[in-house]
Amino acid sequence: MALAHLASSSSRSNLLKPIFAALSSTPSLRCPISSAAADNTKTLTIETSVPFTAHQCEAPSSLVDTTPEELLTFFRDMATMRRMEIAADSLYKARLIRGFCHLYDGQEAAAVGMEAAITKKDSIITAYRDHCTYLARGGTLLEIFSELMGRQGGGSRGKGGSMHFYKKEAGFYGGHGIVGAQVPLGIGLAFAQKYSKDGTVAFVLYGDGAANQGQLFEALNIAALWDLPAILVCENNHYGMGTAEWRAAKSPAYYKRGDYVPGLKVDGMDVLAVKQACKFAKEHALKNGPIILEMDTYRYHGHSMSDPGSTYRTRDEISGVRQERDPVERVRKLVLSHDLATEKELKDTEKEIRKKVDEAIAQAKESPMPDPSELFTNVYVKGFGIEACGPDRKEVRAVLP
Amino acid sequence: MLGVIRRKIGAGGSSLLTSGWSFQSRPAVSAWRSYSSAAKEMTVRDALNSALDEEMSADPKVFLMGEEVGEYQGAYKISKGLLEKYGPERVLDTPITEAGFTGIGVGAAYYGLRPVVEFMTFNFSMQAIDHIINSAAKSNYMSAGQISVPIVFRGPNGAAAGVGAQHSHCFAAWFASCPGLKVLAPYSSEDARGLLKAAIRDPDPVVFLENELLYGESFPVSAESLDSSFCLPIGKAKIEREGKDVTITAFSKMVGYALKAAEILTKEGISAEVINLRSIRPLDRSTINASVRKTNRLVTVEEGFPQHGVGAEICTSIVEESFGYLDAPVERIAGADVPMPYAANLERLAVPQVEDIVRAAKRACYRSVPLAAVA
Repeated sequence: MALAHLASSSSRSNLLKPIFAALSSTPSLRCPISSAAADNTKTLTIETSVPFTAHQCEAPSSLVDTTPEELLTFFRDMATMRRMEIAADSLYKARLIRGFCHLYDGQEAAAVGMEAAITKKDSIITAYRDHCTYLARGGTLLEIFSELMGRQGGGSRGKGGSMHFYKKEAGFYGGHGIVGAQVPLGIGLAFAQKYSKDGTVAFVLYGDGAANQGQLFEALNIAALWDLPAILVCENNHYGMGTAEWRAAKSPAYYKRGDYVPGLKVDGMDVLAVKQACKFAKEHALKNGPIILEMDTYRYHGHSMSDPGSTYRTRDEISGVRQERDPVERVRKLVLSHDLATEKELKDTEKEIRKKVDEAIAQAKESPMPDPSELFTNVYVKGFGIEACGPDRKEVRAVLP
Repeated sequence: MLGVIRRKIGAGGSSLLTSGWSFQSRPAVSAWRSYSSAAKEMTVRDALNSALDEEMSADPKVFLMGEEVGEYQGAYKISKGLLEKYGPERVLDTPITEAGFTGIGVGAAYYGLRPVVEFMTFNFSMQAIDHIINSAAKSNYMSAGQISVPIVFRGPNGAAAGVGAQHSHCFAAWFASCPGLKVLAPYSSEDARGLLKAAIRDPDPVVFLENELLYGESFPVSAESLDSSFCLPIGKAKIEREGKDVTITAFSKMVGYALKAAEILTKEGISAEVINLRSIRPLDRSTINASVRKTNRLVTVEEGFPQHGVGAEICTSIVEESFGYLDAPVERIAGADVPMPYAANLERLAVPQVEDIVRAAKRACYRSVPLAAVA
C-alpha cells in the first residue's frame, strides 16, 4: 500500500487555497486544483473495509486507487450534500418548501462515488430522492433551493419541485415520482445509447422498495435479451417508506434478484467502494450487458419530511450507523490519517460550505416566483396555437405556442 | 356484419352505400369521375405500412417496437416487410410486457430517439398507462422543456368483432383528457397516412388510435397523399360531407356509419354535414362550432362509452361557445353502457348502428318517429 507524503505543511495549505478560490468563483462542484503540490495527483491505494460480494461474476479488487485531490473533492462534495439536505429540512419546517421532500443525507457516498467513475456522457436516472444526484451532475445550490421553493430560477423553473430535477445536457434524466417507473425508463436510455453507438452507459437508480416492482423485471429481461449497457443500482437503505426490507421482500439479496444478470453487493457508505464498483460495472455493461449493483446504504431522515423515521426503526440504530458508518466521517478520517489536510482545514472547508449554502438559500428566498403565464408553457413542444383554459374557461384562456 | 367493406370502382350507380370515401362538396355521383387524382386506391393497412416505411427511411432515429411487429410481420400485418428492410435493430419484437417495453420506449425518447410503440390493442395499454401519462405526457412540463418525448403509441382501439368485453374498450376519451398528449384517430387511408406521418414527426407524445375493422378497407388516395412528404395537420377536423340541416361528428369507424346515415337522411330531405374529427386532442372546436352555427343542430357519434366521452366534451364546447345557435338539444350516440357482450345479437345492440344515427338526426330536426316504432 503506497502512502503519499506531502513535502511540507505549506504545500498542504496550498492544496486547499485553490479550492476555496474556485468555490467562490465557479458554480460547479468540481474545480481544477492548481498543481501547487504535484502530490495532489499521486496515487493512493486504499483498501475498502467491506469486501464486495459477487453474484454470477468476479468481484473487483477491494484495493481502490485514488489521489489526495480526489479524496479532498469527495470530502467537499459529500459535506456540501450533507449541509444542503439539512438546510432543506429547515426550509421545509419553515414551510418554504411544500409538498414532498425526500432527503438523501447518509447516502451521499453513492452519488459521489458514482460520479467519480463515469462521465457526463453516461446517463443517470433516479427516483424522487434526487437533490444530491442533481448536484453531483452539475446542478448548482441556487438552482436546487430555487426549485425546492418553487421559484423561476429553479432547475425546472419552479414547475417540477423536489421530485422533478433534470439536467439533460449533463446526462441526468430526473427526478421521478412513481416508484419503479424510472427503471424501464433508464433501460430505455441504455437502449438509446446503444442504438446511437455512443459507447456510454446508463445508471438506473432505485430503492429497496422499488426492487419488487414487476416493471423492473420486465425491463431487466429485455435489457439482458438485447445486451443493453444498463447498470441497475439498488440504493438499499433497508426501508421502503416505513416497511423494512425483510417485510417486503422474500429475498432481500437485491444483487442476486437479477438471476441470470450478474450482481455485486457494495458497501454504499464507502465512497471508494462505490467508485470501484461503478467503474467495474461500466466496463462490464459495455461488454456484457446489464449488471446490478446493490449499495448497502442508510438514510438518516425518514422517508420524506412527513415521516419522522423513528416509528419503524430505533434511534439507537440510526445513531449507531451515524457513529460507525457515516460516509463523510470516513473520508475525514482517511484524509487525516494520510495527512492530506489538517482538522482545522477540513473544518474551514465545512464552514465555507455552510456559507455557500446559506448564501444560495438567501438568494433563492429573494428570487421571484414564476410568472402566471408559465402555467401554460411547456405543455407541448409544439402547441399549434391550441387554446388551453384555466379553471374558469371564460376567464382565463391561453394559446399554446 | 361488421366486416370488411370494399368499394367498387366504376360502379357509377346512384347508390353510394359504400363506406366513407372522401366526399368533398360533390353530391352528384358522376362528379367523382372528374376526380382525376382519385384514381388510386389503398387499404388502411397499406397506408399505415407505407407511412411507417417512409418515416423510418427518412429519419434513422425512428424505430418500431412491440409484440410480433418483426418476424410475425405484425399481429395485423401493419408492419409487414419492415423487419426485412430495416433490420432487427430498428424493428424490435418485445416480450409480452407492456409496462416494461413502454417504459423503455419512453426512456429512449427522453434520450432523443423517435420510438413508435405498438400496442397489439389499446386494451393492453392500460398495463402501461402510467408510462404514457406520467412518464411521457407530463415530462416536458415538469422539466420546463428540458425533456421532450417525441414518441408515438399506436395500435387498434375500440370494438372489433366478437372479441368480448376485455378486448373492445375505446380509450379515446381517457387519453384525450390528459394535457401533454395528442390523440389522433384516422378514418380513411389518407387520414392514416397523413396523420401517422405527422404523429411520427411531432415532437410530443402522440396516441394514435387505429381501428382493426378498418385495416382491410380500401379508400381512394390522391397523388398528393402518396408523396413521401405528405402530412396532415394535427388538430384539424375534416368536413367529409357538407350539409345544412344538422351536424354529425364522428371519428374512426363511425365516420363511415355517419356518411351512410347522411345518405339515408338525404332521401328524407335532411341535409347532414359530417365532420371527421381526425384529432381528438386537440379537438377542432372551431370547425365544429362553425358547422353548428350553420346547421343549428348537432349529433355526436362515438363507439366508446358515453359517460365523460368525446361527445360529452363536444356538446359542452357547443354549449359554451354557440349556445344561442342551437335550435334543438344536442344528441349523443355512443356505445351502450355495458361491457361488450359476445353474442352477435347483443354485440350489435351494444354498438351504434347507422339507424341510431339516422334516428338521432331526425330527433334533432324534430322529425323523429315515436319510440315504440323502433325495431
